[in-house]
Amino acid sequence: MLEQDWIYGFLGGLLIGTGGAVFLLMNGRIMGASGILGGLLDGSGRANARERLAFLAGTILMPIPLYPFFRSVDTHITTDLTVIVLGGLMVGLGTRLANGCTSGHGVCGISRLSFRGISATAIYILMGGFTLSVLRHIWGVI
Amino acid sequence: MRMIFAFLAGALFGAGLFISGMTDTSKVQGWLDVFGDWDPTLAFVMGGAILPMAAAWAFAKGRKPVLADSFPKPVEPKLDRGLVFGSMLFGAGWALVGLCPGPALASLSYGGWGHWVFMAAMLAGMGLAVPVRARIDLTA
Repeated sequence: MLEQDWIYGFLGGLLIGTGGAVFLLMNGRIMGASGILGGLLDGSGRANARERLAFLAGTILMPIPLYPFFRSVDTHITTDLTVIVLGGLMVGLGTRLANGCTSGHGVCGISRLSFRGISATAIYILMGGFTLSVLRHIWGVI
Repeated sequence: MRMIFAFLAGALFGAGLFISGMTDTSKVQGWLDVFGDWDPTLAFVMGGAILPMAAAWAFAKGRKPVLADSFPKPVEPKLDRGLVFGSMLFGAGWALVGLCPGPALASLSYGGWGHWVFMAAMLAGMGLAVPVRARIDLTA
């Protein structure tokens, strides 16, 4: 990690939390990426579909004007198609069954001292650390 | 008005994910790599995000949202199979690629084909949750 990385990390985090605060205090809604997206997909969010789409548009489009100001746009994603598809399926199914991901359970849940949010975050971080360690250091596949 | 603030919230979210480095899969996998070259950046991102969010929850007490009737009610503090197994599945998938739903959205415009494939697979996985929930009782 470069020394400036944690500063960018913290500043970016403040922006993420400010986004969550705006969504909560203005719209009365919890900023959870998997819920906002998943609710559009399975129809459970039909009543406020336009609000969900507006949020998603902001998330997808906002990085574009920032490209010139922030380092590289290389995301270092694996080129192994099987890993990408498997990972995507697991993240999609898992976050919907758990009713939240890093933004909903993590950012919004922990800051509310929600028992479910803190539990979910502990579980996915422990499981993530375990999976990565086995796949990288024991099997050497990722 | 709700649309404008939803877009603004999404834009802050997307900008924050990009600037923090959380759309870089190697930084997220680095956070999970506790036995390798551990990268603590994610903890700073999480800490930075929780500060304004905690202030918002505190401010919300006894008030109403500006553009809605009420704040979301707290859910009963109880673990169920959906939360436990879902979070385990999510954690494992997160480790495989280094993307979770927020950064997967924020990186769509610049991440290249891999991010589109991931998004398609993630949406398919989200769709799978409906039949899985219908067949298996995850509320216990």
